[in-house]
Formats: sequence, structure tokens, C-alpha cells
Amino acid sequence: MPPNSRPGDAVFANVERVNAELFTLTYGAIVRQLLTDFEEVDEVNKQLDTMGYNIGIRLIDDFLAKANITRCSDFRETAETIVKVGFKMFLGVTGTVTNWNAEGTECSLILDDNPLVDFVELPETCQGLYYCNMLCGVIRGALEMVSMRTEVKFVKDVLRGDEAFEIRLKLLEQVPEEYPYKDDD
Amino acid sequence: MAREVAESCIDSINLELVHTYSMRLHPTKPELAARRVEAIGFQVGLQLAERYTKERPRFGDHLEAIKFICKDFWAEVFKKQIDNLKTNHRGVFVLQDNRFRWLTRFSLDAPTSGNGSSSGEPNPANAARASQAAGQYLYFPCGLIRGALTNLGVPCAVSAEVSALPACSFIVRIKG
Repeated sequence: MPPNSRPGDAVFANVERVNAELFTLTYGAIVRQLLTDFEEVDEVNKQLDTMGYNIGIRLIDDFLAKANITRCSDFRETAETIVKVGFKMFLGVTGTVTNWNAEGTECSLILDDNPLVDFVELPETCQGLYYCNMLCGVIRGALEMVSMRTEVKFVKDVLRGDEAFEIRLKLLEQVPEEYPYKDDD
Repeated sequence: MAREVAESCIDSINLELVHTYSMRLHPTKPELAARRVEAIGFQVGLQLAERYTKERPRFGDHLEAIKFICKDFWAEVFKKQIDNLKTNHRGVFVLQDNRFRWLTRFSLDAPTSGNGSSSGEPNPANAARASQAAGQYLYFPCGLIRGALTNLGVPCAVSAEVSALPACSFIVRIKG
């Protein structure tokens, strides 16, 4: 295998893995409980995003420790890394990056496949629910820990009748790293 | 082969589940938070047991169902079997896991007040601290067991006790 081809596969092969079923069902049960606890679907979307954010700010350490990648040189590389390495090493699936804007600060992440939604159907009563919204929070939280403030949201959702899962990723601000030591004069 | 995800996905979502209900949504009502987390576990246990027993005939009695939990169910979910099963033959079963997977990354700070014992020794004070700290992370697996057994026709209540991390015991009390 040529170096750097499908790096996500190698990482995924080396981490502890479990049957996706437990994860899929747990995620589904959480969404179901949130729908019971909160009457507004919008509130559930927000809760999922917040939970994802809290996961993301810790998951980034796990990612950086295991992924063995060099620092991304630009946002394009960041996006590619999310779909090719990030998604793969945690969810076991990859994605693609498309629809870049001219400045290179906004793009779409398309998920090929999505373990969160195995066997899931949304009832009529869940209009407006972004079932996988936790994923958006995870990405946002993780990127914030590496100095990028972003806006992450679903624009296409298979459970809502679209043909794919598409997340719109927008870089709002790159906070430059501050070095704790002054340069020697 | 069945689809897989990284185990850290399970760890992350379990941790966040507990934090969300115990600290964000119901910080002043720990029992309510516990019920919600347990209910989520119950739902998952119900569905998992359904899947794992699709091809099987129904269990003959409660003991067979409990044994299924100890062996097949535990192996599917936690990649090992229950280490020790005890019963008083009057409807109470104690399932002991000497190295409960979801507690293996859990550790207690060593007590700073000098009472002469290290945090690893199983003494009553440490057991109480361990039980309390780990407790909220055990509502989900208690629900898991209760949901699975309910699906198998065994109505019950399930609680957990931790004496020395990462070992813990799940106590199943059959109802009716």
C-alpha cells in the first residue's frame, strides 16, 4: 500500500473497535429520550449539538494521539482530514469534501455511509429534527480546540428525504496560536 | 462481518450521556437524572436482546435468561463474560464483573487524609467512595440489563455496587 493512501484505514484497524449496534442503539435511545424531555424539535437539535461539542473538545486529543498526522497547512487539508481520517477512525466510514467557496473557507462534507442511522426511520412527528446533529457539535468542538472557530450544520439529511448526508462546514475565525515564550532577541 | 465503530465512540457517548443528564439537565435532581439515564439503557437493552435472540427458542426459566445475560449478552456488549454469578434461590442474582469494561478508565484520587491505607485496598471507606463516584456511570448498564431481561420475559429491578474499581456487581431482583 503506498504511503499516506487511506491513512484512516490504518488507524481504524489499530484502535479498539466494538459492534456498531450498541453505539447506533444508544444514540437512538438518547435522541428518543431527548424528544420526550423537550417538546420542541429545535431544542433537541440544540441539545444534540451541545452534547457533540462536549464530546468533540475531548475527542480531539484522542484523534491527535492516534491519527499520527502532521499539522494541516490550510483549511482544505483540515476538511479532507476530517472526512478521510476523522470519520474513518471513529465511525469506520469515509466521506468526501465538495462545494468549496472561492476563498477556501467554506465547503460541504458528504458522508458516504452513516452508522448513526442504521435501521432508523423518523416518524412524521419529528419534522425539523436533524437526527445526526451530534456530529456537527463534535466537529465544531474538535476544531475549536485546534484554534478554528466554525459553523457546522446539516444541509442535506437522508432521514429527511435527501439523497445524502451533507454537512456545511464554515470557517469563521482562525485564532492564531500564541506562543508562551518570547523570541530571543 | 458486522459493522464496527471505535470503542472511544461508546466511551464518549456514555460519558456525555451521564454529564448531560446529571450536570446540565437535572443538576439538582440526581434521582431524576439517574432515572433518565437508566431509561435510555433500558431501551438499548430491550433492542439488543431482541436482536441477539431472534434465532433462538424462548428461554425455559429465569435462570436460563440470567445465564444468557452472563454469557452471550455480556460477550457481545463487553467482549467478556460475567466472572461470577451468585443467587439466593429466592429471586436475587448477583452478577460480578471483575473488570467491568466501562469502569476500566475510571480512577479515584487517592485519599489525602492519612488513614494508613492506600486507595487500592478494599476497605469499607474506599468501597463507599468508589460506589458513589462510579454510581452515576452505572445507571446505563443497569438499564441495559433490565431492558434485556425484560425483553426475555424476566421483569426485574437492577442495581449496581462497586467495591474495588474496576470490579463491580450488578444485583438483579426478579419481580412478581
